Amino acid sequence: MHEWSLAESVITTVLATLEKEKAEEAVEVKVVLGELQQIETDIFKFALDEIKKETKLKDTKFILEIEEAVLKCRICGHEWSYKENLKELDESYVESIHFIPELAHSFIKCPKCGSPDFEVIKGRGVWIEYIKAKKRGD
Amino acid sequence: MDPRISIIDKRLSQIKRIIAVASGKGGVGKSLIASTMALILAEKGYKVGLLDLDLYGPSSHIILGVEKTFPEEEKGIVPPKVKNVEFMTIAFFAEDRPIPLRGDDVTNVILEILSITRWSNLGFLVVDMPPGIGDEVLDAIRFLKRSEFLIVTTPSKVAISTVMRLIKLLVEIKAPVLGLIENMKLIDTDLVIKAANEANIKYLGAIPFDHNLERSIGNPDELLKTEFTNNLRNILSKVLA
Repeated sequence: MHEWSLAESVITTVLATLEKEKAEEAVEVKVVLGELQQIETDIFKFALDEIKKETKLKDTKFILEIEEAVLKCRICGHEWSYKENLKELDESYVESIHFIPELAHSFIKCPKCGSPDFEVIKGRGVWIEYIKAKKRGD
Repeated sequence: MDPRISIIDKRLSQIKRIIAVASGKGGVGKSLIASTMALILAEKGYKVGLLDLDLYGPSSHIILGVEKTFPEEEKGIVPPKVKNVEFMTIAFFAEDRPIPLRGDDVTNVILEILSITRWSNLGFLVVDMPPGIGDEVLDAIRFLKRSEFLIVTTPSKVAISTVMRLIKLLVEIKAPVLGLIENMKLIDTDLVIKAANEANIKYLGAIPFDHNLERSIGNPDELLKTEFTNNLRNILSKVLA
């Protein structure tokens, strides 16, 4: 149910941005979901729909895109997909990474050289790609 | 755009005071002071939270004797209660494994923890800060905007010189500093009083080295009965009354 917390963060951020930019309404918002966080898209979408009902975003269209998580070893330069890790990673570790993606460094090692010193070059967590908004008079 | 930043203020909005227990130097007893302080405040009837931000070496769960547990999920993470203290630590998720993090990772972990943890309407959130003046301290200043700093040192020239650097930083950025606690005092010296005077912050008192303290680690009931805790109670009554 961590998805609710993330959905609430997205709604709060869009509302704060509208206020900051003195915009009237958000027409479309694109949210990228990094694969590393293993977001349940259906629950996230449901949470967004439920939370937005109570706000001025009730008619806003949310576009969700899942981004593949790619990791790159800082020691040997090897790049790999988190999908490879998912095949053999203990479920409880996937759950920990779901809450705090940086814990990948505690549970995953470079498949080539065994180092935990890698970077997540894409697909880490939840990100708002853009907000299409209307200002008064637009 | 990172959606986590906007939600943090909301998550902390029901908390009256945030007390960051910091030092700059490791091994001076920050975690013991932070954990015991949370227990003392809960004993007094306050609603209290304890957040262990020492990401590389979390130890509050050892002090409080928290067994392996995974926090309850309810539209985020509900911090489990230990002796009436709402408690959050990265150790819940990392178990005993090493947590090798670089700078940006540290900020990401702190953002994630602060944005998903659903504290109740606390009177106090006590934050156990890591040593140093690196990312965690800078992020605590950035994201835990209302933090009041309680500084801990031992009466050692080696510790004081590093602790003074943290105090100078906090004073420069006008962060509220509640004062300086002298911990593990073994010999008669006024080094810490002089340091507090030099930095123009309050000297809050000394906690003598308690040879029996180690025996109560992992047992909050026993911890509350120690000389260490009695001394800390006296100090806190002056500063958090």
